[in-house]
Amino acid sequence: MNNNLVTMANQIGGFFKSYPDKEQATKDIAVHMKKFWPPVMRKEIIEYVDSSEDNLLDDMVNEAIKKYLKD
Amino acid sequence: MDDTKDFGTPKKSSEKLIELNIDGIEVSVPEGTSIMRAASEAGVSVPKLCATDSLDPFGSCRLCLVEIEGKRGYPASCTTPVEQDLKVHTQTPKLADIRKGVMELYISDHPLDCLTCATNGDCELQDMAGAVGLRDVRYGYDGDNHLKSEKDESNPYFTFDPSKCIVCSRCVRACEETQGTYALTIDGRGFESKVSAGNKDFMDSECVSCGACVQACPTATLVEKSIIDHGQPERSVTTTCAYCGVGCSFNAEMQGEEVVRMTPNKDGGANHGHSCVKGRFAWGYTTHKDRITTPMIRKSIKDPWKKVSMEEAINYAALEIKRIQKKYGFDSVGAISSSRCTNEETYLMQKIVRAAYGNNNIDTCARVCHSPTGYGLKSTIGESSGTQNFDSVMKSDVIMIIGANPTDGHPVFASQMKRRLREGAKLIIVDPREIDLVKNTPHVKADFHLKLKPGTNVATINSLAHVVVKEGLLDEDFIKNRCESEAFNYWKDFISKEENSPEFLEAETGIPALLVRKAARLFAQKGNSAIYYGLGVTEHSQGSTMVMGIANLTMATGNIGREGVGINPLRGQNNVQGACDMGSFPHEFPGYRHVSDVATQNLFESAWNTELYKEPGLRIPNMLDGAISGKFKSVYCEGEDIAQSDPDTQHVTHALESMECVIVQDLFLNETAMYAHVFLPGSSFLEKNGTFTNAERRISRVRKVMSPKNGYEDWEITQMLSNALGYPMNYKHASEIMDEIAELTPQFQGVSFDKLDKLGSIQWPCNEQHSEGTPTMHVDEFVRGKGKFFITEYIPTTEKVNNKFPLILTTGRILAHYNVGAQTRRTNNIEWHDEDLIEIHPHDAEDRGINEQDWVGINSRAGDTVLRAKITDRVQPGVVYTTFHHPVSGANVITTDNSDWATNCPEFKVTAVQVTKVTQPSDWQEKYQKFSEKQIDLVKKNEEKVN
Repeated sequence: MNNNLVTMANQIGGFFKSYPDKEQATKDIAVHMKKFWPPVMRKEIIEYVDSSEDNLLDDMVNEAIKKYLKD
Repeated sequence: MDDTKDFGTPKKSSEKLIELNIDGIEVSVPEGTSIMRAASEAGVSVPKLCATDSLDPFGSCRLCLVEIEGKRGYPASCTTPVEQDLKVHTQTPKLADIRKGVMELYISDHPLDCLTCATNGDCELQDMAGAVGLRDVRYGYDGDNHLKSEKDESNPYFTFDPSKCIVCSRCVRACEETQGTYALTIDGRGFESKVSAGNKDFMDSECVSCGACVQACPTATLVEKSIIDHGQPERSVTTTCAYCGVGCSFNAEMQGEEVVRMTPNKDGGANHGHSCVKGRFAWGYTTHKDRITTPMIRKSIKDPWKKVSMEEAINYAALEIKRIQKKYGFDSVGAISSSRCTNEETYLMQKIVRAAYGNNNIDTCARVCHSPTGYGLKSTIGESSGTQNFDSVMKSDVIMIIGANPTDGHPVFASQMKRRLREGAKLIIVDPREIDLVKNTPHVKADFHLKLKPGTNVATINSLAHVVVKEGLLDEDFIKNRCESEAFNYWKDFISKEENSPEFLEAETGIPALLVRKAARLFAQKGNSAIYYGLGVTEHSQGSTMVMGIANLTMATGNIGREGVGINPLRGQNNVQGACDMGSFPHEFPGYRHVSDVATQNLFESAWNTELYKEPGLRIPNMLDGAISGKFKSVYCEGEDIAQSDPDTQHVTHALESMECVIVQDLFLNETAMYAHVFLPGSSFLEKNGTFTNAERRISRVRKVMSPKNGYEDWEITQMLSNALGYPMNYKHASEIMDEIAELTPQFQGVSFDKLDKLGSIQWPCNEQHSEGTPTMHVDEFVRGKGKFFITEYIPTTEKVNNKFPLILTTGRILAHYNVGAQTRRTNNIEWHDEDLIEIHPHDAEDRGINEQDWVGINSRAGDTVLRAKITDRVQPGVVYTTFHHPVSGANVITTDNSDWATNCPEFKVTAVQVTKVTQPSDWQEKYQKFSEKQIDLVKKNEEKVN
């Protein structure tokens, strides 16, 4: 696993987490990854999330990947 | 209007027209126009020497006197404005007598060496002697004169010969009015009067070698050394400078296929006849001995290069790309274009990747500079570009400069800005370092310098916005009519929080709270406030957030959608805007349309007759990470030198070493080319056709003034590679590429080479509604409809200082050099800056026992290098600063791979370092020296073999 991906994902989460509508913010994290991350990186981060519940991603980022990035 | 004609005094723009009669011709001109200009516009030439239409009239030479019926005396036509129904005579026996007498006096103290003079045939003094019919000089040379005055040849580009000076003050006024440097003055009185660069030679003076004085000089007093060497040009071609994002228009003055001088184009929309030391003089790199004009290939970077034909090199590259794709997958290859390329070249680069490679792995150097501008402005106002033209600054009441150093980075625009500041506009500077505009520029002083700690931009812009909201300074009408209300309300709640107040953030930003409050009040005053920003905004982990913060503040105060205001990103390279417009990012087609947008896909698939990949591709850092992990194997770099310009050099070179086919298309064996397997020789901006788009969205023609030294324009090479890969391209001329761009890109809809030839330049969007372009955007509504406020929470960088790395390193540029210096280091500009230095505050230097010019080691978490120290209080304690113009400096060996959250733009501006006194170069520098010497040898070995 490329550690940069975790850092990048958490940075994206950092921007959106201050938005008042948490559900929308969670969606926006996934939308950002879909818009700017190539499939190979999305696949890698999804596999990372799937491989461990106790990972280094922030909660909202984990949720965004599980709920909105996989589809 | 004729660019070569000098109308004597500047054009006036009054709507009120004045009618008068000059030499029997009825003339109608705007109120305020001088009689000299009115006559000139009517085709009547009045003799003149001290007047030129780039400068305010001065009235000293007494050659332009006229007679006016009903008025006494002989007024100077340059300083006398037109009046209704005047009857003016420019040629009478009395005037002829006066003029002849004046000329006789000038010539009596001027060497009569016209036939051997460098400006023979291009000398206004010579012309005027002819015009007034001077036949003899009665005074002789026995008395006192200036003929033996010593010539100053210190400047590498021009000479100053006082023996030929007529003390008309045009050079002094050009230095003041045009450039705003005030380096020249007239010393002494009467016969003793002389032009002086502060009683120093030009090189030791305050002169910045912009060339304005040389341009203004009517004699051979100030003349280009290239003209002394070559003589007068025989033809001239208008083209666009290949340096910074100002995009100055120049006349390339030619003898056959050789440039003998570049002069700024008076009709240039961006520069209005002004220039800087780079564009005006530093074009010698185009014929430098280091230039490689023959294609080369090699299997391994340890092998000597083999010179081959272009066809062989292209076929080798195509076979390698195909082999790699077959072995490692379709997305194991990609390309990087550059903002040094034309629009047409960058368009073809993304096209070859999307259509021939079959993926979207195309990126550009804007990744490492202004990608956050694209993201931030697209999100907030709907278009990834600045909102104004440069001339807009002349209507600004308050100018805020954030993270930019215009006098060094964008000098020609800086001159215009300085002019507005001298007229009284207020100035707020947000910068960790004391740039020249703070207090080192004549007649300019910042009203507020918010000297923030590096990395606290977002905290600073939030605190400014907090004051605007809490002190009732919002433009409520603008927000209500022009912005999304829900997003604004979210933002207002957020920004009103105490945690965004200047007092709360003072410890974080280092800026006294009261200073922030005063600056915010000034910015939000009723009037025109504009923000100009540079890489000090974008090259941070929150670069995109900061751009959004700038847009928030601009919308909150209603400073957008008219002249004098707006958001103005100052682009580093000449075609940053254009490269981004042309779809050079891996997630979007030309015109900023996402690759997943079905309508856009259909449009391009139909036009390009191929199926296109519908997912975003790899960014530069993704390509590099992919190379190291063994998944990405080939990159095609045109005009881009990632081994020097990208962060964490050792990571970049490791990635390049891990690839199987690195293709570099460039003028020189640049740092990246040392890791290449295919070298495709590029053509300079003088050798090709195309267009550049500058920081104000101005599309200007680049014209081929000589044959390409390598035999091909750059777009032709990309076309050959595409054909070799099996995707056909059949453009016969760069204009055909622009026609395709116009057909497929809404912002460029009405652009063509023909229209550019007719109009000179066009600011996009150019479409049915705005057929001649759009100087000011978002006038009645934003491109996205309503402007959108975004919450911009300050998140400190993870690049922290600690005991091991207690200082923050930040980086910037210097006037004489351009970006990585590949071009300017190969010119005489090297005389101003032959090495990068590390600036350190006196307190930090004393703590470490460092003296001026000492060698110091700079260590960061990424690497270490060694530079000489420059001790200065321009940097604040705790902050050190360097430039990155010389590869051996290894400035990017120190910078880390931290990057912007949205775009991966590197955090160049914040690196935690330690600085210590040392006695020898760093390990990296020693290795670099050996490696680069070996690589140069591998080129030479091939030459020896061929010879």
